[in-house]
Amino acid sequence: MKLPALVDACAQLSSEEISRYSRHLLIPDVGLNGQRRLKSSKVLVIGAGGLGSPTLLYLAAAGVGTLGIVDFDVVEASNLQRQVIHRQSTLGQAKSDSAAQAIADLNPFVNVRRHTLRLEPENALALFAEYDLILDGTDNFATRYLVNDACVLAGKPYVWGSIFRFEGQVSVFWEQAPGGAGLNYRDLYPEPPPPELAPSCSEGGVLGILCASIGSIMATEAIKLITGIGDTLLGRLMVYDALDMNYRQIRLRRAPDRRPITRLEDYQAFCSGVSQAPVTVPQVSAMELSRLMREDPAAVLIDVREQTEWDIAHIQGARLMPKSDQLAGQLKALYASDTPLVVHCKSGARSRAVVLQLQALGFTQVQNLQGGILAWIDDVEPDLPRY
Amino acid sequence: MPVFVSVPTLLRSYTQDSKRVQAQGTTVREVVDDLERRYPGIRSRLMDVQQLHRFVNLYLNDEDIRFLDNLDTVVADRDELTILPAVAGGAR
Repeated sequence: MKLPALVDACAQLSSEEISRYSRHLLIPDVGLNGQRRLKSSKVLVIGAGGLGSPTLLYLAAAGVGTLGIVDFDVVEASNLQRQVIHRQSTLGQAKSDSAAQAIADLNPFVNVRRHTLRLEPENALALFAEYDLILDGTDNFATRYLVNDACVLAGKPYVWGSIFRFEGQVSVFWEQAPGGAGLNYRDLYPEPPPPELAPSCSEGGVLGILCASIGSIMATEAIKLITGIGDTLLGRLMVYDALDMNYRQIRLRRAPDRRPITRLEDYQAFCSGVSQAPVTVPQVSAMELSRLMREDPAAVLIDVREQTEWDIAHIQGARLMPKSDQLAGQLKALYASDTPLVVHCKSGARSRAVVLQLQALGFTQVQNLQGGILAWIDDVEPDLPRY
Repeated sequence: MPVFVSVPTLLRSYTQDSKRVQAQGTTVREVVDDLERRYPGIRSRLMDVQQLHRFVNLYLNDEDIRFLDNLDTVVADRDELTILPAVAGGAR
């Protein structure tokens, strides 16, 4: 949908900036005015990770005047396959600092604001109020619904992108868009999936370059919104498949049963199964498991991750049985219900679901490995690769 | 009459990694029932007993079935049904 320019052309360009941005200035649709709009704009990028990396770099290069970066994480080796704003030399630094440094190296005319914090219902509205446009490249449903609802309440448009393995989706949401055309993410998906059906890239993997494919569309949409050129993705969902190399567009409309968003809520609870009381499952620490494996020959360790995860790192003596609808039944057929069973995955969520199923099938001595294989690597076998 | 169903990455463990499969039916509900016969377990990833999950959308030839007749939407021979679940990945 065609939208008027989001930002007025307040700022003036220096002669140095005019040279720098000359390839933009030569495009009649952008021109000096469009470039001044970019310089006047304030864009908040949530997550300096897979999607945040290319969008931040391109928006900085394009001359967005103020870039805010929200990220509380630090740069890890497993990020560098796709998070191209970070460097080997910035491993261990806060991602917000690492990204700010890369932007300063690329374009000193950009004012970078680092927000080294976790986005929460308590801070989101005040933060969003400082910006014209939000870009959401986070990695979990709780934050995504928080970003959506906070954008609705703050009246801000936002560019949304999401990736998994070889596929990505992008759109623009703006509840208060002119002409009554407003949409928000809940029009697309009113509710998040339960956690066990919501794998993340840290479990399921992602083709690194997919971040650039989707991130470049996100940055393009940001520039179109700021300068008021072209047809934005508001009202359309772009679905990209890198293996088929095709883009599909799906029309978005207001959900028939949409409810007004009037306040922020508890998004962790919303995304972990709304009305369910938290159920605790018996768990064992990595150190305790290490002792158990040495001392109890009857103990069985079941690894419910995928084969690809097993190939990266696994615990000696574990049995790989990837999580599936049939898994609990298969385990019942294999083991007596009083077998001391420990179930583990990468960080504990998938195995927790399996433990609950096994308890329902009558297993009396089943435990979850707290923190999954990541805790095992931290506490028992630090030489195994993390992922 | 066959309908072509495009299966997202998340559900390909049910279809032996096929991203495009065939199913039979005269309505979307019947197509989903037939998918369940061919690929046991897949239905519960799309819907509960009565209705679609609110984190999964089905598109019949690019049109969201929520704006048609939902699961009772009539399908025609060689229609394309696309399953699109919510995906959150992006940063990590």
